[in-house]
Amino acid sequence: MSEALKHFADTYLMWNEGYLIWISDILIVLASIGIVAALTYFKKWKWLWRNWLTTVDHKKIGIMYLLAALLMFFRGGVDALLLRTQLAQPGEHFLSAEHYDQIFTTHGTIMILFMAMPFLFALFNIVVPLQIGARDVAFPYLNAISFWLFFFGAMIFNLSFVFGGSPDAGWTSYPPLTELGFDSGPGENYYLIGVQISGIGSMATGINFIATILKLRAPGMKLMRMPLFTWSTLASCIVIIFAFPALAIALALLTLDRIIGTDFFTMYHGGDPMMFINLFWVWGHPEVYIVVLPAFGVYSEVVATFTRKRIFGYSSMVASLMLIAVISYFVWAHHFFTMGAGADVNTFFAVASMMVGIPTGVKVFNWLFTMFRGRIRTTLPMLWTLGFIPNFAIGGATGIMLAAAPGDYQYHNSYFLIAHFHQMLIGGVVNGMLAGMYYWWPKMFGFTLNERLGKWAFWIFNIGFYICFMPQYALGFEGMQRRMYTYPTDMGWGSLNFVSTIGAYLMGIGFLFIVWQVLYSLRHMEKDTTGDPWDARTLEWSLPSPAPHYNFAVIPTISDRDVWWEAKEHHHTSDLLPKVDQIEDVHMPKNSARPFLLGLSFFVAGFGVIFNWYVLAFVGLAGIAACLIARALEDEEEYVLPAEEIVATEQSLGRV
Amino acid sequence: MSGMNGTVQSRSERHSPKLYIIGYAASLVLTAISFVLALTHSMHVGPLVVLLTVLAGLQIIVQLFFFMHVTESEGPPYHVVLLTLGLIFTFAVALMSVWIMAFGTNVSY
Amino acid sequence: MSITPASASHHGRSHGPLEYRDPHQAVKITGFWIFLATDMLLFGCLFATYLVLRTHTDGGPTAAHLFDVPGFTAETFALLTSSFTGGLATLAMRNGNRKWVMIWMVLTMLLGLTFIGLEVQEFVADVGQGATAHRSAFLSAFYTLVGTHGTHVSIGLIWMLLTLIQIARRGLTAKTARKLFVVNLYWHFLDVVWVFIFTIVYLSGVVM
Repeated sequence: MSEALKHFADTYLMWNEGYLIWISDILIVLASIGIVAALTYFKKWKWLWRNWLTTVDHKKIGIMYLLAALLMFFRGGVDALLLRTQLAQPGEHFLSAEHYDQIFTTHGTIMILFMAMPFLFALFNIVVPLQIGARDVAFPYLNAISFWLFFFGAMIFNLSFVFGGSPDAGWTSYPPLTELGFDSGPGENYYLIGVQISGIGSMATGINFIATILKLRAPGMKLMRMPLFTWSTLASCIVIIFAFPALAIALALLTLDRIIGTDFFTMYHGGDPMMFINLFWVWGHPEVYIVVLPAFGVYSEVVATFTRKRIFGYSSMVASLMLIAVISYFVWAHHFFTMGAGADVNTFFAVASMMVGIPTGVKVFNWLFTMFRGRIRTTLPMLWTLGFIPNFAIGGATGIMLAAAPGDYQYHNSYFLIAHFHQMLIGGVVNGMLAGMYYWWPKMFGFTLNERLGKWAFWIFNIGFYICFMPQYALGFEGMQRRMYTYPTDMGWGSLNFVSTIGAYLMGIGFLFIVWQVLYSLRHMEKDTTGDPWDARTLEWSLPSPAPHYNFAVIPTISDRDVWWEAKEHHHTSDLLPKVDQIEDVHMPKNSARPFLLGLSFFVAGFGVIFNWYVLAFVGLAGIAACLIARALEDEEEYVLPAEEIVATEQSLGRV
Repeated sequence: MSGMNGTVQSRSERHSPKLYIIGYAASLVLTAISFVLALTHSMHVGPLVVLLTVLAGLQIIVQLFFFMHVTESEGPPYHVVLLTLGLIFTFAVALMSVWIMAFGTNVSY
Repeated sequence: MSITPASASHHGRSHGPLEYRDPHQAVKITGFWIFLATDMLLFGCLFATYLVLRTHTDGGPTAAHLFDVPGFTAETFALLTSSFTGGLATLAMRNGNRKWVMIWMVLTMLLGLTFIGLEVQEFVADVGQGATAHRSAFLSAFYTLVGTHGTHVSIGLIWMLLTLIQIARRGLTAKTARKLFVVNLYWHFLDVVWVFIFTIVYLSGVVM
């Protein structure tokens, strides 16, 4: 018995691997006990189930995405610090080589797929329906399914660390290294299944928001009256629906190779590993634009609000969003110039990659021209936006260097590349998401975040960023390659790496300041009673903070771009308020437990596939089928919210 | 967003199977042409494959317009734009993958 | 008023096709079109894989060896015809004729079943000749592409059955009409995919 137990503990719980695992196990057990105990002690189980787990309200789903994104940001950040600690000095053995491989894999995957994606979905969910004057997204039930698929996909992926072992072939997961012959553990399966499940959710989100934006706008909100964040969401979702299928196929084919022994990407029977790389980047490059386009939308809103000016060049902003969305689809091969596809292929993709820079440049100039002669208020959202611009200029310039195919043979997979894409993804995406979080935080929760602590966070994080990544450009030129476990002293990389590690820790401290800021602001709440704390421009600020669950008591009629600002300018804000005699019964979507159960079934099925436990996989699949069939045969999906209740709510908010 | 697109009403008024029958006949004829061209080895492989693909492309049009009522919608038919974009991307992925992956292997076209 | 389009009238419409009369259902049709655009890319990637790996036979069976002309001709005919009968079901729905909706849909499903049966038969015969998915990258790609289409068709059959149950229970309402319309969109879409499979996989495979 004890022999079997020891076998289980060593194979699945990896207790023979040392203290990192033990600490993690203990922390997970303690955290789980803590959560369960707290929920029981405060009698919050029912509240959790009714208000959150079964909700289909876009605002609550958005908040859950935000929470998940911040947690994953923490996990990915800890991974990053472990990596930087390992690299701080030459000849370091702080981590074992296997753990190092696992940690850079989980760092990349988590930051892109389980931090950036949910962060932008959080903003889509919270903002878009309010900006276009809708009561919810087009398919609220599907929206809940998307969230739970993301959630359980992320759970599967994170579970790998303490049950069976993490993936260790990089976030790009290239075969043949990831084929069964070279990588037999469950880690790679975890990657394939976890990412696949959350990817299905992402595709559904893309479809949902395109339909929402195209079909659910308030009367009078023509396309060219939409706020730029909504435009950027539309552009991002268009890229999502066309790019994610490629990821789904790449992962599915590799899964087939590993599970049933097909030969797509193997080294024998005519398999071609480069085909995986090709498919992966058909998704992978557009993915970069999927995450950065919404950040562009945030910057546009923030810049206009805090300079109190209409955005400069609105139509060119829209056009460049759409151009980026389309061109980003034709640049993927620049990720493997060194494959040797030939001069014609490399030239085409180099030119296309450089062309994406043009609409992006247009946007940067538009933001600058909007700020020009404006009265800039340096609030937190504005600070993060201002921090973004030099970042993006440097990152963009190094991007053009990488896009030059002959040059890329020199920089390929060096720390130069690492510095470049972190500059785009942190300077571009993280800055944008944080700016968006600060900007819409009062709309989500009804109170603003403390400015002083936030400014500390901003400066520490951003200074840390430059200290961390500028040396990495130089390290790249000096020949340091990515994913290197350790390096000898005589390479002369020691001091630059040490500086870089200091920067990474500063960024970590910056993040802790954000956490402190949130906790502090929860205690010393600065309530937003106006609904419009920033003196902003777009429709969502005409609502109270937080918005009532039906959003708009009466759907307003839109007469202008920046409708709320115009209303304030011309003193007819009352036009956007509901009148009692206009308030009617509203049909709202019913809450449902099924999206949660569907996600859970995917989790069970995925787990079965990962360990080749087919009974479990079958149970999960049966659960999925049951959920889908039950939904198909469902009769009533909505309930009626009586007009009297809406009137009462609006009266208590002082709006009628 | 101004109410219903004209096509919804005009097409729905005539509930005759004529369109469907024409569509079915067209799809059968197109398929038959493809089969005959391919199985009689009437031309070189290169142009033949191109021609077969063009015929398949015509079948998309038949299905979309005769069976799927693609132009119908409430409000502007945005989905047509998305479908067009999707078709472009689909062909781009397939053909450009072949182009990219043709390096030094026995993939030939 | 509902969460769906504010532009639409409160009580739906009395004219136009049944499935569009409730604005709620109209949005779902748009959503489904967008899904089809996504699914198109899914098949696009599988086609890309097939085209790249087509010649990677590793000395095993090639397309010209394997493909059986009468077999895939019959499959093609079954699926093309089922697309037609599915269309006629939509037409009957728009004419408000529930009986003929049922008849055409049952016919569509029978043709779909025939297609699946023929495909399974073909696969079994191929495997019998030693042409398994493990034999070569070409065969892996072939089974995956054609098999994914077959899986889509099978899901379509189950979905049609569920839709028919609802129409039998509740009659033709805006909601059931939309469901019928959408499942037929899916079916026509699969027909288009099959047209490309027989062109690019089967016919091109036979001539090359």
